[in-house]
Amino acid sequence: MIGTGILKGMAVTARNFVGSYFEKDRLITVQYPEERVPLPENYRNFPFLIYDGNDSHAGLRCVACKICEKECPPQCIYIVKSDDKKPDYMGKPQFYAKVFDIDISVCMSCKICVEVCPFEAIKMDKEFELSQRERFNHLLLRKNDLAKSNEYYHRIHPVEAASVDKGLADAAAAAEAKKKAAAEAAAKAAAAKAAVAKATETKPSPDAPPPSQASS
Amino acid sequence: MGSFDFARDDSFFVMESLDQIKSRIEAAVPGAKIEIVQNGSPSQQRSLLIDNEHAVAIARFLRVDPALCLDFCSNVTGIDWLDRVVKKTTKVKTLVDGQEKEIVETTEEKIPGYLEAVYHLYSMTHKHGPVIVRMRTADRAEGTRLPSFTPIWRSAEFQEREIFDLYGIHFEGHPDLRRILMWDEFEDYPMRKDYREPDDYEWEPTPHDAVLEKAKQHYTPRPELDGAEAIVEPLKG
Amino acid sequence: MSATIETLEAMERPPVSMASRLQGELLEVSMGPQHPSTHGVFRMNVALEGEIVRKLKPVFGYLHRNHEKIGENTSYLGSMPYTDRLDYFCSMTNNWAYALSVEKLAGIEVPERAEYLRVILAELTRLQNHASLLGFLLSDMGAWGTPLMYAFREREKILDLFESLAGSRMMCDYMRFGGCRVDPSDEWLAQAKQIAERFPKFLDEFEDLILGNEIVIGRTQNVGKLSAELAVNAGITGPMLRACGVNYDIRKVDGYGFYPRFKFRIPLGEHGDTYDRLMMRALEMRESVQILKQAFAQVQPGPVMNPKAKIRAFRPPVGEAYGHIEAPKGELGFYLISDGSPNPYRYRVRPPSFINLTILEDMCLGHTVADVMVILGSVDIVMGEVDR
Repeated sequence: MIGTGILKGMAVTARNFVGSYFEKDRLITVQYPEERVPLPENYRNFPFLIYDGNDSHAGLRCVACKICEKECPPQCIYIVKSDDKKPDYMGKPQFYAKVFDIDISVCMSCKICVEVCPFEAIKMDKEFELSQRERFNHLLLRKNDLAKSNEYYHRIHPVEAASVDKGLADAAAAAEAKKKAAAEAAAKAAAAKAAVAKATETKPSPDAPPPSQASS
Repeated sequence: MGSFDFARDDSFFVMESLDQIKSRIEAAVPGAKIEIVQNGSPSQQRSLLIDNEHAVAIARFLRVDPALCLDFCSNVTGIDWLDRVVKKTTKVKTLVDGQEKEIVETTEEKIPGYLEAVYHLYSMTHKHGPVIVRMRTADRAEGTRLPSFTPIWRSAEFQEREIFDLYGIHFEGHPDLRRILMWDEFEDYPMRKDYREPDDYEWEPTPHDAVLEKAKQHYTPRPELDGAEAIVEPLKG
Repeated sequence: MSATIETLEAMERPPVSMASRLQGELLEVSMGPQHPSTHGVFRMNVALEGEIVRKLKPVFGYLHRNHEKIGENTSYLGSMPYTDRLDYFCSMTNNWAYALSVEKLAGIEVPERAEYLRVILAELTRLQNHASLLGFLLSDMGAWGTPLMYAFREREKILDLFESLAGSRMMCDYMRFGGCRVDPSDEWLAQAKQIAERFPKFLDEFEDLILGNEIVIGRTQNVGKLSAELAVNAGITGPMLRACGVNYDIRKVDGYGFYPRFKFRIPLGEHGDTYDRLMMRALEMRESVQILKQAFAQVQPGPVMNPKAKIRAFRPPVGEAYGHIEAPKGELGFYLISDGSPNPYRYRVRPPSFINLTILEDMCLGHTVADVMVILGSVDIVMGEVDR
């Protein structure tokens, strides 16, 4: 009979309308500024730079290697390398970024900079309410705007941050162990050499490094 | 509702090899010059380079031949190959002072540039493919003419128009060859490798490399701020 | 714009005299680019006789950004996020098509779990694309709001899944050459499974809502008929082709990914009209749910990324490759030529909805203006992909 299809459709809308009073599943609208949906762990928006400790300059992990600048598809990162060096989080003297700008009006949130960074220095933020009154300079984030603490990172990406910290700690421990092993091996070699020298009672050849240097 | 059927036939035919197709075309289209273009990548997709004169006859053969029946022209695209110099080193044995010596000779071969149109053909009837067919223009300036395959495969209609628009290949026999993506007054061919975009620089705060060079012509560099080479926006009004 | 005038001049028009004004004269209308039913900035120059379409020329290019040139100037990896912006409804399948082509070009293997994830994500994409298409199509017919909002309610659940996996609702940028970027947790898989299993409930409701509706049937049956021969010749792919009764689905024909491991059917239409095209989408969604159920049962833990695949400084060998997949809108192909450098020498996208528009004029001739919108809606275009 003509009209039954329409009536069937009307029944569906009626069921949805009435159901929205009883079923949470059917009432899906979120009243945004008052109500907010929690952001998932993996949510990404724009990149920021991580620093360890309290000093955003001394603790900044970035070493200005410019890999992210090169790999960034829309070319929104701008880095100027420093002339001097500062110790990085491993205590090794490294260059740092004198200028680090990200133009978030150009950035397309692809996360490639995070993927290619070998120093775990750049991560994705979750801040999304970024409307500004000016098109260019206000959407250009400078180094000071970008630098955020590791605690902040832990707050927004708890799982990811924990694994990153573990990886860094493991790497540091491995480096430490390697250093120790190298030092031990060098000391052993030096001792063996000294023993050989003593046994033969000859002067060490002038081109061989003295034991104190070899063990350092 | 309920009148819809589902496909029952999942079979597909195995296509003959490219060499067999080549010899069959040569038998069917007398005078056709066909060359197999090798492909070094693991995809192993070799293609047939056909001559422009017999192209339409070859295409018609590929379309109607019962064993091939390539009724579906999936992808049509243009490629721009610039003039290039291929260096070849050969070891030549020559007699120098009565002794035989090996001398490495370097010969330079100039290959003039050309534009290329590539067609990926499949068969929906036999469910096989692809047979890749390519045609080359005589050069990149005057002789950019190729026969159109639109009368044989309608699907080439918009794609050939796109190639005409972006590469400048004139397809002879195309029913409606106009620019498609760019506007009609546009003059250059933007997908060519030697295309230079017009200097319509718009101010941006972090110019790099080539953009920076361009930016310097329009705006003044930022004064000693932090060593950055950023560009200052002019004062308005 | 003079472009319009030239185009319309080229159309054969009966001579206009003062005496015979509006008698047998064709009226030229430019529909779009700012038209609510053109799904973006798409324009059609239409010549009308009364309300009947006598000529129709599509005009493209309002969203043209030369995606292919950008692809040639960016590294292989750098093009991956750009592919999200082609068909912004289905970024997962765009990623897959591009990753598949690069994997063909460089001969990269993909681990088992990653292949399953790709199938899962592609089918979820198909679900949300087809659901929202049906909503938009009804919206074009005048069923403003309700069906679209119901479809979007379901789509949102799937987009939430994408967001919690890839970090973004629409611009997922999830796949990489040789695998996927993130390994989903078991909770994610359980959640996705639940959404896939509940999807048929929505389909039942949606079919009750619209597919038996006499007005919908009246507006779509025998409108925009397309013959199978013309469809094949014009390179139409996807649900639009299968609505004409042509059995061609790259998932079956090419058997890319792990599709040969799944049991699913290909729905085929009979008449090739708008109603069949609409029904193809509804039936395909049910098959997608079947694929998803099997995939969730089969997926095993394991690596999601081939450890040999390089992310940075990736240089495939010299050569070329054409890879294609069955995207929700049709055959999406990528044609890549490598000259051994970090950037592709040629990067070509074969966009399904662009080529599906080839026969728009043939389908619309003889129908009224109101039907043009319905026919265009059933083609399922996204301008990001058409104009590139």
